[in-house]
Amino acid sequence: MDYQLHFQAVWPYAGQLAYGTWLTIKLTAISVAGGLAVGTIGAACRTGSHRWLSAAVGVYVEAIRNTPLLVQLFFIFFGLPSAGIKITATEAAVLAMIINLGAYATEIIRAGIEAVHRSQIEAAQSLGLSRLQTFRHVIIVPALTKIWPALSSQCVFIMLGSSLVSQISAQELTFTANFIASRNFRSFEVYVVATLIYLVLSVGLRQILRLIDRYAFARR
Amino acid sequence: MTEFTLWDILHNLLLAARWTIVLSLIAFAGGIIVGLPLTIMRVSKVRALRTAVLLYIELFQGTPLLMQLFLAFFGLGLFGIEVSPWSAASVALTLFASAYLAEIWRGCVEAIPRSQWEAATSLGLSYLETMRHIILPQALRIAIPPTVGFSVQIVKGTAQASIIGFAELTKVGTILNNATLKPFMVFTLVAVIYFALCYPLTIGAKRLEKNFNVTRRT
Repeated sequence: MDYQLHFQAVWPYAGQLAYGTWLTIKLTAISVAGGLAVGTIGAACRTGSHRWLSAAVGVYVEAIRNTPLLVQLFFIFFGLPSAGIKITATEAAVLAMIINLGAYATEIIRAGIEAVHRSQIEAAQSLGLSRLQTFRHVIIVPALTKIWPALSSQCVFIMLGSSLVSQISAQELTFTANFIASRNFRSFEVYVVATLIYLVLSVGLRQILRLIDRYAFARR
Repeated sequence: MTEFTLWDILHNLLLAARWTIVLSLIAFAGGIIVGLPLTIMRVSKVRALRTAVLLYIELFQGTPLLMQLFLAFFGLGLFGIEVSPWSAASVALTLFASAYLAEIWRGCVEAIPRSQWEAATSLGLSYLETMRHIILPQALRIAIPPTVGFSVQIVKGTAQASIIGFAELTKVGTILNNATLKPFMVFTLVAVIYFALCYPLTIGAKRLEKNFNVTRRT
């Protein structure tokens, strides 16, 4: 191998990489919050008594789960402006990530809800809890406890998937890495560094989600 | 300027979908070939082997597929291998698939009751013989539904090969979008083709899982 690796060539761009990392974290945090909210509402609709609503959510879930995130990004980023809706790259990125995670979260949370025994719900009703109270205390929190591992790995997936939004010129870590590679021509070194940053981010995110599991869903 | 009819667009997309299918098959076959020895190492008695495979899996599951593609694309050249989008995408997707499959299959092997191992040992079978004749045939049955389910991830993963210049469905979609300026139509068709490829696999995985649960119960 004649090639000499020059990781020093990446060092002058450390500040930019740190900023790109921060943007990736921000993007992920917003998408996870939005995606879980969509997922909760979606799962409520999916398991609800309204047949058309349930079917519509089912179509949404299957459509998103069976197409690539990259195509969803292109669809939103190129499609919406052509329909007259102005949208920035970052907005399109956040929207696509929320829609994507929302579909997976709907499916995961639905499975959790269906695992809650009917008798629990009947017991809640006989105790005089309202429908919203039942959903909040009897259904969603126990369901989340059960499906948290699956939900966590889906959150890590969307963090890793955020690297794709560089393709619609939304700024984050991969965008920064591409930019640096185009400046110093040390593509391999830059991408090794970016990959390691992603590795740290995903390990960190998994730890945070595990801590949330331990404290928020403390087994009572 | 040339006008593109709906048929022109669809025709070109379908031609490109062939390469999505071929790349998916390469990645799936490669993932199985590399993933199988990884699985056996992952459940072996040698600690160093287990840890090494664990790190391998963590590395591929903890980093974006896009980065793996970039590293394959820019890294293979460092070893004097002539890099085309074909080879880079094949290598990256194979390694990506092998890591996930090894992790899925580990779960399947570990689902086989310990008593099976003990029975095999008491019959005087060696580790590899036990694996080959007792554990793997049983694990294989449990492994089929999640493996089919994972193939959906591979098909969707091939879309990212477009970024390193592999002319598959997504890449041709962006090219056609640039030529026709009809993003809704082009990307709807692209999405529909992906859906047509993935949905049968999703349904198949679900059905296999249900069948398996039924046979296990009886």
